[in-house]
Formats: sequence, C-alpha cells, structure tokens
Amino acid sequence: MNEDWALYEVFIRARSGLEHKHVGSLHAADARMALEHARDTYTRRQEGVSIWVVRSSEIIASDPEEAEALFEPARDKVYRHPTFYDIPEEVKNI
Amino acid sequence: MYTQALDSPGAEPRSPASAGEAERERRFQERIDRDEKIEPKDWMPEGYRQTLIRQIAQHAHSEIVGMLPEGNWITRAPTLRRKLVLIAKVQDEGGHGMYLYSAAETLGVSRGELIEQLLAGRAKYSSIFNYPTLTWADIGAIGWLVDGAAIMNQIPLCRCSYGPYARAMVRICKEESFHQRQGYEIMLTLARGTPAQREMAQDALNRWWWPSLMMFGPSDAESVHTAQSMRWKIKRFSNDELRQRFIDVTVPQAQFLDLAVPDPALRWDEASQHFITGPIDWSEFQTVLKGHGPCNRERLGARRAAHDAGRWVREAAAAYADKHRDRTGGGAERYAQAV
Repeated sequence: MNEDWALYEVFIRARSGLEHKHVGSLHAADARMALEHARDTYTRRQEGVSIWVVRSSEIIASDPEEAEALFEPARDKVYRHPTFYDIPEEVKNI
Repeated sequence: MYTQALDSPGAEPRSPASAGEAERERRFQERIDRDEKIEPKDWMPEGYRQTLIRQIAQHAHSEIVGMLPEGNWITRAPTLRRKLVLIAKVQDEGGHGMYLYSAAETLGVSRGELIEQLLAGRAKYSSIFNYPTLTWADIGAIGWLVDGAAIMNQIPLCRCSYGPYARAMVRICKEESFHQRQGYEIMLTLARGTPAQREMAQDALNRWWWPSLMMFGPSDAESVHTAQSMRWKIKRFSNDELRQRFIDVTVPQAQFLDLAVPDPALRWDEASQHFITGPIDWSEFQTVLKGHGPCNRERLGARRAAHDAGRWVREAAAAYADKHRDRTGGGAERYAQAV
C-alpha cells in the first residue's frame, strides 16, 4: 500500500466580504497541489473567490471530553448579554 | 451519485464491555435521540464507527466505480453539448467520491486502506455499476433512474447523525439534481425522435428499471441491520419505503415519455395511493453482488489499471514535493497566508 499524501483542510471564502469557511479536506503532495485539488474538488460551481489550505496535522483542536470545563463557565454569565438589563420603555436609542 | 443499502456483516452492536462503557453508550444514544450531531472526536460506540466506515466507504467506492459506465460514452456523445455535460457529470462523481473518502477518514481509516480494499475486491460498491452501457440511451437511463434512485436514498442522509457524512451529503445532493435532469432530457429527446431512437430509449428503460429498484437494497423483511441503523439515525427510512417513493415518482415520468415500464404486473392501487410492482428477482441482485454480474471483473480491472498507470505521477509528485521542501525548508506559507 502506498503511503498517503498529507491531509489538508480546505477553507473557502465564498465572496469578498465573507470569512473563509471550512468545507472539507483532501490529500496532496504539497501546498500547491492542495490548492489545485481544492479548486477542482470544492469550487466546480463558483463556490469561492479565495482558498486557504492548511495541513490537518497543524490544527490544534479542543477535546470534546473537556467541553464542559471549557465552555461551562460562560453559562451563568447572563449579564454579558444586553437583555440582562432593565431599561424603562421611555428611554430611547439605547 | 449512488448509494445502495448494502447490508454486510459486522454491524451488530457488541455487548458493552463494562458498566462505564454501558453508561457512555446510554449517553451517546441520548444525544442521538435529541438529534444532536456526532463529530469526529466525540466518543462513539465501536459498532457505530464500523457501520459508518463501511457505509461511507461503499458509497465512496460507488461514486468512483460509477464514473466507468458513463465514461464509456464520453468520446461518443452525440453532440458537443452532450459531451460537455457528460464530462461535468463524471467529474462530479469523482468529486463526490473524494468528499466521501474524506468523511470516512474522519473515523480513523486511511485513504490508502480504503483504495486498497476496493482494488483487492474486498470492498463492496453499488451493484448497478456492474451492468454495461450498451447504447447512448443508457446514459439517459442512468441519469434519470440511477441518479433518481440515488437522490431518493441520499436526501434523508443529509440528516444523518454523523456530522461529516451529513455535510458531504448536503454538498452531493446540491450537485446531484442536474444529473437526473440531464438524463431525463436525453430520454425525452430520444422518446420524441425517430422510431429507432424511441426503441433505443425503451430498450434502455427495459434494462435499467429492475436494477434501479434493487439499488434500494433487500426488502425490509430480509434487511437485518435496518433497525440498529435507524436507532443510530444513520438511516431514516427503510429500504422498502424509499423504493416505494421512487416507484411512485418515476412511473408517471415514464408515462410522460410514453415508454412502457417493463413490468406486466405494475398497477395503480387506489386504496393505498401507490403504484404496486410485480415481484423483484432478488436472485439476480445476489448474483451481481457476489461478483458475477455482467461487468464486475471489467470494472475492477479498469480501476486497477488506472491505479497502476497513475503510479508514476504519484511518485513524481511526491519526489518533487520532497525536493521542494529540501530547498525552501517548508514553503507552504507562500500559498496560504491566513490573514
């Protein structure tokens, strides 16, 4: 069995003004080939105006098992949202 | 383009090894029941992982092998327009295979292993591709019937519980509907053409109708894995339900073409509001699935030849990448400045 080419993650900007968004992954021998394969695989119908590719091994991801510890502290901080504050109806533009 | 409900052994849920495991499985099932999506790094039962790897890989292989029967007609498409469309469609199938292999890889299997399994004849793919494309009308019938059946199967998969598979299916379904429409357009042109062209269209329908119905897999009574896959929300509807839907939408399309569905027992049932077909010859399905269809050997032979013929390209690309890396000590940043 041949060893696989490196895995790359592909991010596409659908049109200028929007952020790049993850769309999938692919294998390629180098960065240039990754861009070309991303073009052929993910933009056959004008889905993008810009592509980022990054080696999957370079992505550092949080562990789902730690999701509670990471995200739970934000749960009881409702005062971070504007709806937490009572302002009388008469007050405008706030 | 094409999924087929292929039941294969090994998907039985194992009895949990420990109390901790049982508790994890219970929580996993609760997440599924709440319609939460499962993502690659989440804990999942081994049976769920293996079922998905097998199903997604079979689906990917089907896309790749599915390029062959249609590729057969690219050089002989009757007009430049038809040729452009057919090339675009076959390219889409290749792309769909790539999306699906990537989705399977998120479950911990490598691309190389999957390709190896296909080339060694150890993997399954949709048996529909083991039928030959004898005339141009077959390209019409494949788009109309085979892609039509695939769409019926794939739309519910967009809501599958496994995130990467569901996302790949959304992308595939978006691209798929042109495939079916171009096929029906070919059939329509032939059906309105000369008597010889009409005959060609009828002949294609005669040969593709039953294999298309078989694409939905064995009947529910015979399908042993449906229940577990439904509980895991990998599958949302049974084989028979999807087959019936396909029949109900496709028979009127055949009537519009003024072609005869090759089933003398076919009738409209007023009470159930469904078309009822005659019995399906499952022995044929089993024969093709076991490797004795008209083109099984030819299809795998073609894949192996393509793999072997492309080896020097893969090796050259790898050598070039190595050389480039040595000279520049990386270099990827020139292409992907993420700012």
